Amino acid sequence: MTAGVEPIVFYLTIFVLAVFVGYHVIWNVTPALHTPLMSLTNAISSIILVGAMLAAGPAQLDWGGWLGVLAVTLVSINVVGGFLVTQRMLQMFRKKEPKPADKA
Amino acid sequence: MSANQLALWYLVAAVSFILALKGLSSPASARRGNLYGMVGMAIAVLVTLAVIYSHSKNVLPILGGMVVGGVIGAIVARRVQMTQMPELVAAMHSLVGLAAVFIATAAVNNPEAMGLHAPLTGLHKAELFIGTFIGAITFSGSVIAFGKLSGKIRSAPVVFKGQQYLNLTIGIAMIGFGIAFFASPERLQWTPFIAMTVLAFLLGFLLIIPIGGADMPVVISMLNSYSGWAAAGIGFSLDNPMLIIAGSLVGSSGAILSYIMCKAMNRSFISVILGGFGGETADAAGDDQKKTVKSGSADDAAFLLSNADTVIIVPGYGLAVARAQHAVKELAAKLTQKGVTVKYAIHPVAGRMPGHMNVLLAEAEVPYDQVYEMEDINGEFAQADVALILGANDVVNPLAEQKGSAIYGMPIIEAYKARSVIVNKRSMASGYAGLDNPLFYMDKTMMVFGDAKKVVEDLVKAVE
Repeated sequence: MTAGVEPIVFYLTIFVLAVFVGYHVIWNVTPALHTPLMSLTNAISSIILVGAMLAAGPAQLDWGGWLGVLAVTLVSINVVGGFLVTQRMLQMFRKKEPKPADKA
Repeated sequence: MSANQLALWYLVAAVSFILALKGLSSPASARRGNLYGMVGMAIAVLVTLAVIYSHSKNVLPILGGMVVGGVIGAIVARRVQMTQMPELVAAMHSLVGLAAVFIATAAVNNPEAMGLHAPLTGLHKAELFIGTFIGAITFSGSVIAFGKLSGKIRSAPVVFKGQQYLNLTIGIAMIGFGIAFFASPERLQWTPFIAMTVLAFLLGFLLIIPIGGADMPVVISMLNSYSGWAAAGIGFSLDNPMLIIAGSLVGSSGAILSYIMCKAMNRSFISVILGGFGGETADAAGDDQKKTVKSGSADDAAFLLSNADTVIIVPGYGLAVARAQHAVKELAAKLTQKGVTVKYAIHPVAGRMPGHMNVLLAEAEVPYDQVYEMEDINGEFAQADVALILGANDVVNPLAEQKGSAIYGMPIIEAYKARSVIVNKRSMASGYAGLDNPLFYMDKTMMVFGDAKKVVEDLVKAVE
């Protein structure tokens, strides 16, 4: 039944469903953690590292390949920095009782 | 590794990202959430590395880039101060945007290296176009936001005549070049691609300069969203569902935060984007009514505080600038020892990014069960003896409840309902909104002028 469907249609399906998942998950984030949320999402959007790696991956690097290497470097700052700074912030929120029923 | 195996590993990574965000629903599960995020990223990176190794064996440049970037990232994450979080996040958004542009450019240059059909199909060109221009706007917009937040450039809005038309013209031209890129054969594709990218950089710059300091929480959330959409756009271009999923999660997160911030300031998203709000101190005290403020010393304020049963502290950005959060915690501890109940009331836009004040208080080790969101605590001010306002202005301005005022309808912390109010400010200057604040002239209000840190430290001594 899906035989004649172009891949782009599947990608669009995934996209729309992911937006819905994001919408529902994010509304559940407690407002007190909105800053860590931002640094964490920042680290997650650095997933384009995968694209940068592919660009930097050919056996012979032309200028486009080196652009990929540069992109790998830039995004790696984000990946490591984003997760570590989130962790640093979340450490500060521990060792006390969780706040009861804190909704948006 | 087969293509199917790779895709399944990517699915595991995508699910980890969803679990990571889910973890943030409470402080107790948040650190586990962050761990999920790291695991997801590690899986994605390792399987990609394995695939590249099996194809070309050329992973050294990639590893080199990762080490250099990773070390820089680790140093930055360790050194950054919590007051600087907004700048850091803006800077990081800019990197995601720039990387998206680089990746798209590399894909146009050598599609086969990215596993794409060469020459590029029309569909991939359209997707690359979208990924590139969102990335470019994210980059230059974030650079301006970073400059404004870190004080490297003036945070006042830059507005000139015909600005919106100029932006519109550039936007249309950018799309025009995008279409030309889409339609042109391979040997002619660079001119429209470069023209489009340059215009997108310019547009990102022009879109953010008219937005003033007060609206920065919205801008930074908006750019957060853009960086996600840029990642999703690159995911479409590279036929990679994991990038699409992760990008969409981030995109919707930023969009929701922008919405929450707009609502907290009672501003429509459109009017924030159009800019021009805040920065200049407009006619403070426009009416010539004779108004007097009652100012007092730290000792007077300490007397009020120690004799109170309940004190609600309303921290604002002034507190963060003065780095007074540790002193405040000490004051609260002293008061608690004397049997005073102390709570904190946080407005959603206190600070310069969503949730900023919560992090600053957490850093000072204020227990987060004493920290309340605006709507949870507003009902308690009528029973509170003292509202202690530290470096906040617009978010406690009762004008917001008066029809016709510039901030009418903005939800505020109802500090004016407390039996007495102590306000610490550096001067009588108005806040971001450029409005006078009637709260300061109330009979029950005592102003304590001075730097927040100094004043709070004096209060601590006086309470003893």
